[in-house]
Formats: sequence, C-alpha cells, structure tokens
Amino acid sequence: MNLSSLTINAARSAVQEGKTTAAALAEACYAKIESDDPQIGAYLTLAKDRAFAKAAEIDVLAAKGEKLPPLGGVPVGIKDVMVTRDARTTAGSKILGNYVPPYDCTAVARLEAAGAVVLGKTNCDEFAMGSSNENSAWRPVHNPRDLSRVPGGSSGGSAAAVAADMAVVALGSDTGGSIRQPASFCGVVGLMPTYGRVSRYGLIAFASSLDHIGPLSKTVTDAAIVLRTIAGRDPMDSTSADVPVPDYVAELGKPVRGLKIGVPKEYFGEGLDAEVQMAVETAIQKLAALGCEIISLSLPHTKYAISTYYIVATAEASSNLARYDAVRYGFRAKGAHTLSEMYKRSRDQGFGTEVKRRIMLGTYALSAGYYDAYYLKAQKVRALLAQDFEEAFKKVDAIVTPTSPTAAFKLGEKVDDPLAMYLADIYTVTADLAGIPGISIPCGETKEELPIGLQILGKHFDETTILRIAHAYEQARNA
Amino acid sequence: MKVTDKDVAYVADLANLELTSEERARLLRDLNSILDYVNQLNELDTSNVQPMAQVLHRYSDESQKGVENFVYASRDDIHESLRKSLARKVALANAPETDGTFFRVPKVIER
Repeated sequence: MNLSSLTINAARSAVQEGKTTAAALAEACYAKIESDDPQIGAYLTLAKDRAFAKAAEIDVLAAKGEKLPPLGGVPVGIKDVMVTRDARTTAGSKILGNYVPPYDCTAVARLEAAGAVVLGKTNCDEFAMGSSNENSAWRPVHNPRDLSRVPGGSSGGSAAAVAADMAVVALGSDTGGSIRQPASFCGVVGLMPTYGRVSRYGLIAFASSLDHIGPLSKTVTDAAIVLRTIAGRDPMDSTSADVPVPDYVAELGKPVRGLKIGVPKEYFGEGLDAEVQMAVETAIQKLAALGCEIISLSLPHTKYAISTYYIVATAEASSNLARYDAVRYGFRAKGAHTLSEMYKRSRDQGFGTEVKRRIMLGTYALSAGYYDAYYLKAQKVRALLAQDFEEAFKKVDAIVTPTSPTAAFKLGEKVDDPLAMYLADIYTVTADLAGIPGISIPCGETKEELPIGLQILGKHFDETTILRIAHAYEQARNA
Repeated sequence: MKVTDKDVAYVADLANLELTSEERARLLRDLNSILDYVNQLNELDTSNVQPMAQVLHRYSDESQKGVENFVYASRDDIHESLRKSLARKVALANAPETDGTFFRVPKVIER
C-alpha cells in the first residue's frame, strides 16, 4: 500500500480497519517530504509534534474500535497564509518570518476537529500575490510533473504537495485563481467555493472581497469531503454566509443528464494554447456524451476582467497590508530613529518586489484625485462582470472553460514582465470578482506531458452542481 | 495618465515605503505599463451602473435576482469583560520590542 498516495476515504478506512495507523500515514508523508521536497520546495514549516500528537489521538480511537471522524488520520498541508496556533506562519514573506500565531484559522480548526493530521505549512507566493509561486520570499516551488516549470500560484506549495503525494489533501486560498490555476498546472483538483461559503477568519488577508479558502485534492470526492467539513457560518467572520451546508458527498453520484452547460466564446479566443483548447473541447464532448446539453453563450465583459481585478485587488491589498507596521508583530528594521523611519524602512525591507508593486498600484488607485477614475470605475465594471454571469445562469446550470490559457510555463519565464504574468489569470479572475464557485479538474496533457485543467463555474452556493459535473467527468475519463 | 517620479515619491510616502532609487525607477516603469493597460476600462459607459464593492451587498438586496439570499453571519453584542481576550504575555509574544507591558516604538511626538 503506497500510504501517501491514498485518498481520504481509503486512508481513513485503512486506519479504521487496523491496516495501518495514523502515525504511519504521517510518517509516509514525512518520508516523501524528506526525499522529494528538496527538489520541489512545497513545504516551509513542518509541524511534526502537532501531527504526531493528533495521529496518536486518532490511533487510540481506532484501537478501541470507535468510529473515526470523517478525516480521521488523514494527513493535510495548510497554505502558509492560514494561521496555525503555535506553528510559525509567514504568508510566504520575510516580514512575518518569525511570526507565531496565537490562534488557528477556522478552516484549519474544523479540519482538525474532523480528525485531520496537519503535517505543516505549504509554500506560497508572498501574501498570495502571484501566479507561479516564484514570489515566495523563501524559495520558489517546482512543479512535480516537470521540475523546470512552475507549479502555478499562489497556492503552488499546496498543489505540489498533493501532486507529489506529500499530503493527501491541502488547503489553499484563491483571490484571482490561486487554487484553480496551480491545480490545473500540477494535475490535481482545486475547488474555490462561493465567496462567504468558508470562513476567512485566520486567513491572512490579501483582498477581503475576493479572498476564498478551498481544498486541493487528488479526487473530486476528496474536495467535496473537505468542503463539507470547512464550510458554514462562522461568527468570527461577518462575511461568512448564514446558508446551510448540504452534504456535498451524498449529492456527487446523481446523474448529470439534462444539465445545461454554457461554453463562453470569450474564453476560447486569442491567447489560448492550441493543445489546451483541444483537451478542453474533447472534455466538453465527453460531457455531451454524458447527456449534458451544451449551449454556446457570451460573457461580453470578460476582456475587462484583468483590469478590474488588478485595481480592486491591489486597492484592497494596500489597505490590508497597512497593518505590517513593525509595532505588534513582524519584521522591524534596525537603526530607525523615528516612528516614520521605522514604518517605511521595515516595510521596504520586509516586503518583496511584487508585494510592493501591488501596494503602490493600489495606493495610487485609491489616492485623492484618482479614486473615481480607478477604484470606483473598477467597482462598476465589477458589477457588469457579475451581471454577465447572472444573465448566463438564467440559461445554463454551469459554465465550462479552460482553467488557464497555457499549461505550466518555465521558471523565470515571466518574472520580468508583471503584466504578462497578470494576463495569465484571465480565465480565473472573473469568478472571484462575481463571487461564484469554480473547480478545476485534470482533463488531459500536452505532448510534453504537462497537465491541462478544465474549469467548471457555477451559481452562488451551487457547489453541488459543479462537483456533480466534475465527478461525472472524472469517472467517465477514468473508465 | 502618465505617472511621474514625483507621483511615485508621493504614493510611496502614503504607503509608508522607503523605496531605493532602483525600486523607484522600476516602479515608475511598471506603474505606467499597468495603468496604461487598465485604461481600457474607460471604453465602457458605466454612468448608470451601481458600484459593486462586495459580493454580498449585491446579492442581499431584495431587488436583485440573486440565486441565494445572502445573509451575513452575526454574533450577539457581549459586554467586553465577558468575552475572552488574549493574555498580555501572549499578545506581546511576537513583539519586535517590548518592556513587558507595552509595545515599544521610537519617539512618536516631537517636542
């Protein structure tokens, strides 16, 4: 039994039935991390004490023959933008290089309450700002499928950990595509739930109206299990929605025949790699063969999405990152004689290049004289983008697109051209702006054997439908 | 709108960043390039569009046809002394500089 390649149910059953132990599962993942992570770079911090303490708890239950909780003994990785009590959390940044949180992110706490074994913190772009995991202050992450290429970002560490069997599932965060795009580049499943579906309490904030927490996993079922565990109202996050959590797993096997699937023409135009297009179109044909009705439609404001995103997100980031002032936590520069010097010097030395670029852009867009032209304008275009989806969802149940215009690019390829890097997010940012859920699932490979991702977008709080479609496709593809 | 050196200096001040001269030069180039691109938003007539600051704002409005009626999570008002807060030692644990009671910073008020 290759312990670290198991799915959630297989791992949990194996522990329940005494075929293995939670400690052995954790050990298997740590062994994989020791042998493979020097080349990949998926983990920043390992939490062995915490992991083995939890594993021991689960093993006691199993030994007594008691029913294990839904994620009993399952090893998980947590993106380093989510705080973990007493375990160093850096958000991929030197400005939080020694930060040890006094509390747990709600999503992490819920996973652990369900029996999950937190292995450690996964690498990410600094403050979740990036599409390649090359902006980590610590080191870049390498794609396990091709070490010369990026894993995607900003949840590159989480995607790589799952793809390389260094965790069974991982949590990531998505603000402009940061769960779905790395899932697509690494050949794993990545789910971004509806905005407000999962509490953001304990998620180090990047852009508060766009941030989401969600799972990266090997299968659609695993994503559904994790979502069911972490979703739901949280009084500590006033933007978490008071909407009941369905049993996403129970709904998975229901037939997709008759579901209407929209294919937006704006996602199949210039810039889309030919191999990606072919793989996605083949996947759509498979959905048709499963009985779905394929309907062509238009999301007319798509081309304005990147501009909208990079104004709204950077504006919100400039505000959220103002808290890193070297007073209560974080890096403090030496030799500052005044308060102002301390702020300015600590922040310039502590933040990386991309973070400073976005803070500057956001501050500019919000500054007096420019607020109307940029931030207010962007908020209005955001409304138009949301409206595009509202209109579309009157006619269809889900929308299918490529997750990314290309497969994984080479490390270093886009670092010198920030705008080129931003434009790679074109198919993912729209969902964040509208607040709708989206999932990326593997649908093929390029001739260089690089994974290609299929994205399924759904209505607000209708993760059930996108999971069902994703599951049906996954089963059909593996058949 | 073309961003100037003076703009970069002004914005850096607002953002509390002490940029090096290389950083200023690079940011001048990057900001101009990005703002040039985002200018495309002016192609759209948004004079009759309500700004969308928050996903939930749009969908908790009864006049909008959202799929779900978003309701915010809330909690009861609790008198301060009845809610747990961090112990002082815990709150100070990550402080760059502390005297055991307060966070220490350089002089705030010039006399």
